[in-house]
Amino acid sequence: MNDGGFTRGPGPVDGPGPVKVLLEAVDLHKAFGPTPALDGAGLSVRAGEVVAVMGPSGSGKSTLLHCMAGILTPDKGTVRYRDVELSAMGDGQRSELRRTEFGFVFQFGQLVPELSCLENVALPLRLGSVKRKEAESRAREWLERLEVSDVADKRPGETSGGQGQRVAVARALVTGPRVVFADEPTGALDSLNGERVMQLLVTAAKETNAAVVLVTHEPRVAAYSDREVVVRDGRSREMEPVT
Amino acid sequence: MSIGHTLLGLLEKGPRHGYDLKRAYDERFGQDRPLHYGQVYTTLSRLLRNGLVEEAGVEAGDGPERKRYAITGAGVTDVEHWLGTPEKPEPYLQNTLYAKVVLALLSGRSADDVLDVQRAAHLAAMRELTKRKASGDLADQLICDHALFHLEADLRWLELTAARLGQLKTAVTR
Ligand SMILES: Nc1ncnc2c1ncn2[C@@H]1O[C@H](COP(=O)(O)OP(=O)(O)OP(=O)(O)O)[C@@H](O)[C@H]1O
Ligand SMILES: [Mg+2]
Repeated sequence: MNDGGFTRGPGPVDGPGPVKVLLEAVDLHKAFGPTPALDGAGLSVRAGEVVAVMGPSGSGKSTLLHCMAGILTPDKGTVRYRDVELSAMGDGQRSELRRTEFGFVFQFGQLVPELSCLENVALPLRLGSVKRKEAESRAREWLERLEVSDVADKRPGETSGGQGQRVAVARALVTGPRVVFADEPTGALDSLNGERVMQLLVTAAKETNAAVVLVTHEPRVAAYSDREVVVRDGRSREMEPVT
Repeated sequence: MSIGHTLLGLLEKGPRHGYDLKRAYDERFGQDRPLHYGQVYTTLSRLLRNGLVEEAGVEAGDGPERKRYAITGAGVTDVEHWLGTPEKPEPYLQNTLYAKVVLALLSGRSADDVLDVQRAAHLAAMRELTKRKASGDLADQLICDHALFHLEADLRWLELTAARLGQLKTAVTR
């Protein structure tokens, strides 16, 4: 069997026409021990688009996301953000990039349990040396946007799963990231809550022209994307949107 | 969807013209497929023949659109029975999709391709419904959700099949 149409996806496009590629992964390889988790996967993400990453469990979706976000370093292949290779950056530069340009939403366990929800949302701003008052007022605005103003003073452990996940989305968006990485953001929620979180996340991302890389195995969640990429055995296939 | 029963149900509120009925149907249930006038009048004449509706006055002029129809006692009983009977769980697309996957495996083609393309088509339909849901009222949302859950069920089945392609291939090529 050939590789079934697995390709790297379209290259960067300059000038007028399609929006330029913002974040691009090409031919990524990554192994944990003997079996490869990524075996030539790639993905191009443009500003403002929502891309669903689908595929079976263990196929390499999270590994791809972590490599694209600069959390993991691939064994081979390149990740470029605005034409700069992540591997060419120093560790400090990479974490700066993650803090200022990227936002993250995971399935759970991402909020600091000792801080209030408001402090959690303000945290990325505080780490960027924004003054406390300013940070908290922006955090409050985001909590309001995500319809969870009422949990501002509670700790994450005192909120419901749906509320906690909205707080996490607020925290991911408060810095105005260009790319939001979401790995099963609704995985622990019932379908009504999960959909609402998706609606709020996608609406906010579209309003700020942020791209979203959304790992999900739920078709109804993937339906909030503009297109999907399928990962199988460490390789990826970018599907053309059907019209 | 049983058009006859739905029209009967709409007539329970009072007699209507065929045209009125079509409008009421389209407004409430026709999001996907508005009725053709032809369908309305064939359905009404069948209901008339079966004694489930009766003519309730004709306006001056010719043609079926001048007639008003009223539900009969038998019609009401029929609606009641319909409402109390569950719909048959339909096998939707499984047969066709299963046949495609098996044929791909048997012919040495990529069954993953079959699945990817089908997933893409399903997701495209689901994106459309998701958008419509966002701009619609509650009734729209509920109707879209129903379609979404069905498409999702198909897709889940597809993903499960994809995860078992190895096994399936062994089974079908034995
Ligand atoms: N930190 C790690 N150490 C060892 N193996 C790992 C690690 N992370 C991932 N793997 C392995 O790499 C492969 C891909 O894992 P990955 O988490 O990317 O899959 P996934 O597609 O996200 O799966 P799921 O849908 O279950 O989350 C798997 O075989 C997994 O066991
Ligand atoms: Mg994962």
